[in-house]
Amino acid sequence: MTGDEPHTGPEAPAVARDPAGAQVPGQEQPPTNGETGWRRNVAGSLAFLRRRLTGDYQIDDFGYDPDFNEHVILPGLRLLYEKWFRVEALSVKNVPDTGGALLVSNHSGTIAIDALMAAVAVHDHHPAHRPLRLLGADLVFDTPVLGPLARRAGSTLACTADAEGLLNAGEVVSVFPEGFKGVGKPFSQRYRLQRFGRGGFVSAAVRTGAPIIPCSIVGAEEIYPMIADLKPLARALGLPYFPVTPTFPLLGPLGAIPLPSKWLIEFGEPIPTDHLPAGSAEDPMVVFNLADRVRETIQQSLYRLLLRRGHPFLG
Amino acid sequence: MTGRTVLVTGVTRYVASELAGRLAAHPEVDRVIGVDAAMPEPAARARMGDAEFARADIRNPLIFRVIEAAGVDTVVHASASSTPSGSAARSMAKEMNVLGTMQLLAACQRSSGVRNLVVRSTAAVYGCSPRDPAIATEETLARSVPSTGLARDAIDIEGYVRGFGRRRPDVRVAVPRFCEIIGPTVRTPLTKYFSMSPLVPLAAGRDARIQLVHESDAAALLAHLVLGTFAGIVNVAGDGAMTVAQAIHRAGRLALPVPSAALDTVGRALGLLRAGGLLELAGLAGMSGFSAFTAAQVRSLGAGRVLDTTRLRDEVGFTPKFSTVAAFDDFAARLTPAVTARTVRAAEIAVATTLRVAPEAGSPERKAPARSGWASAASMTGSAVAPVAASSAMPTEVSDEAEARPRLFSIQGSAAGSGPARSPRSGGSK
Repeated sequence: MTGDEPHTGPEAPAVARDPAGAQVPGQEQPPTNGETGWRRNVAGSLAFLRRRLTGDYQIDDFGYDPDFNEHVILPGLRLLYEKWFRVEALSVKNVPDTGGALLVSNHSGTIAIDALMAAVAVHDHHPAHRPLRLLGADLVFDTPVLGPLARRAGSTLACTADAEGLLNAGEVVSVFPEGFKGVGKPFSQRYRLQRFGRGGFVSAAVRTGAPIIPCSIVGAEEIYPMIADLKPLARALGLPYFPVTPTFPLLGPLGAIPLPSKWLIEFGEPIPTDHLPAGSAEDPMVVFNLADRVRETIQQSLYRLLLRRGHPFLG
Repeated sequence: MTGRTVLVTGVTRYVASELAGRLAAHPEVDRVIGVDAAMPEPAARARMGDAEFARADIRNPLIFRVIEAAGVDTVVHASASSTPSGSAARSMAKEMNVLGTMQLLAACQRSSGVRNLVVRSTAAVYGCSPRDPAIATEETLARSVPSTGLARDAIDIEGYVRGFGRRRPDVRVAVPRFCEIIGPTVRTPLTKYFSMSPLVPLAAGRDARIQLVHESDAAALLAHLVLGTFAGIVNVAGDGAMTVAQAIHRAGRLALPVPSAALDTVGRALGLLRAGGLLELAGLAGMSGFSAFTAAQVRSLGAGRVLDTTRLRDEVGFTPKFSTVAAFDDFAARLTPAVTARTVRAAEIAVATTLRVAPEAGSPERKAPARSGWASAASMTGSAVAPVAASSAMPTEVSDEAEARPRLFSIQGSAAGSGPARSPRSGGSK
């Protein structure tokens, strides 16, 4: 798997499991029962159910459940990744093999599917099969079913304490500095990066010495083209925005199906931060300069990828 | 150097009685006086070993006389945040907790001989909102400060202790914040909750992370604080975390998701059935442990919290012998599972053979020694030997668990390609 070739999804690799049922990434072993294909999937699902019913799995301190992630969340997302959005992951090797790294991306698409697709890209197409730790908004963790599900997938609150904790532990952390401004922007503003906030993500990376990897995601803007935003309704429901797309709420629940645009996810050159002098994390000039540099890099590569993609749906 | 004279409150409960026994057996300690408003049971008395017992209510200012008369130089308020074991005791608990603490602190303040104070607090002060950071350090403040219940009491108690610290700066004050204590002997609403069989109600759509500390580790830590010189607040928890649903399944029960609004109603309904003696009739004999009170306790677990125990390891120098999962397994070993691991495995094999698919290899059996160790020790409950036997049987399992988690992040454990040490506190290895 060389870094610059586009990857469309291979079959899910057979993975070794340690006694706790958690996946040991990067190692491929033949399955223990000698089965292949759909039979192996069935046996794997039964074994997964057994582990669930006996509580024979482990979670980490943030609530990340690798067993659940591997068997429930990632397979579902993989379908979307390979068949619906036909995602091409470019230069995945820019994500380091070990150690903490901060992935900074543009955010779009009304709901945070781009975050999930980035997670699949890093997990499946990086040689080290690293799980991506997403940082999510408060809203995600407040919601009843979605909150625990997000924790099990490895995401946690977008706050400095958690971000630094994960980076110090050597995890790849993904942050979307545009936040709700990015994901709720109207279709006419597509691919124009919104403001990056106070640059808190930069401070976290500088404080822990983790490299910053700019990531550009093309294709998420077209899945739910937002043509209007019903602010009063959003306020009533406590949401940051209430999107109106060509299919939602016109077609009701069918409007929840995203349009099958063609996606490209490119990982840029890592920007190192460990050479900066001590105390840089509190220096606004350093922080803003770095944040601007990241923003510029992402914006330029967005334009480049748009040219490369061509047609948004047939690209 | 003359030995210490220690006063321990709340010795009718497990942790305090165990602590009193450990201290009494320690060479540096001259005299241990256990205090409580009620007489301790024979088991607790046995655990106390050489410690003396004085029946005194700490809400009564006469506690000062006890302190002065005995020449106490160390006070351990171990009943400060212990959870009461019954719903009727809730208002009593508030009295004991808050008012008792105030009187005890007043007595310590007046006494010139008191030099050390250890007050047990709880991690509930961090709140349990889903908007809180995933991991709480000692400096973390709760985003939604609890306004009622045990958490509120604990916050108030910590406030009084801080005030005491300001008025008596010569006294060393240590405040350990415990997560849930669990073990084969201790009785808390949580142990009652997990003892329900075969179904355990769970708030639907939520799966709280919990950390647990083993009862023997809790007593050992308190003894360590008493005999040491640490001052300040410290989080206390076993290594690692688990979710409530995972714990329920690990104990051989099945989780029953119930909308959280209905948890109270379910509790009250079960309470009524039990009062009417109808539980056995409805086949729900195993569910008698669940009351409206337990429902409140469980809901207070909220979105869960995990504690950062770097300070416990680095500054206090104490490492719990039991991880969260090991402590829970030790507790679950004395329960009768409703759904055993073997049944589930048999079901898996049966379904697999019906579909003509070869089943995957099973996971290794959970460590049997824990169960057999407890089967023999169960008859010796109350003996000081039992907890020690369990802890000596445990370390292998703890190390196995630690090795079996190569990639999971744990504040204390190893992580893949361990990054730079956490700044600014510890410079040592994790």
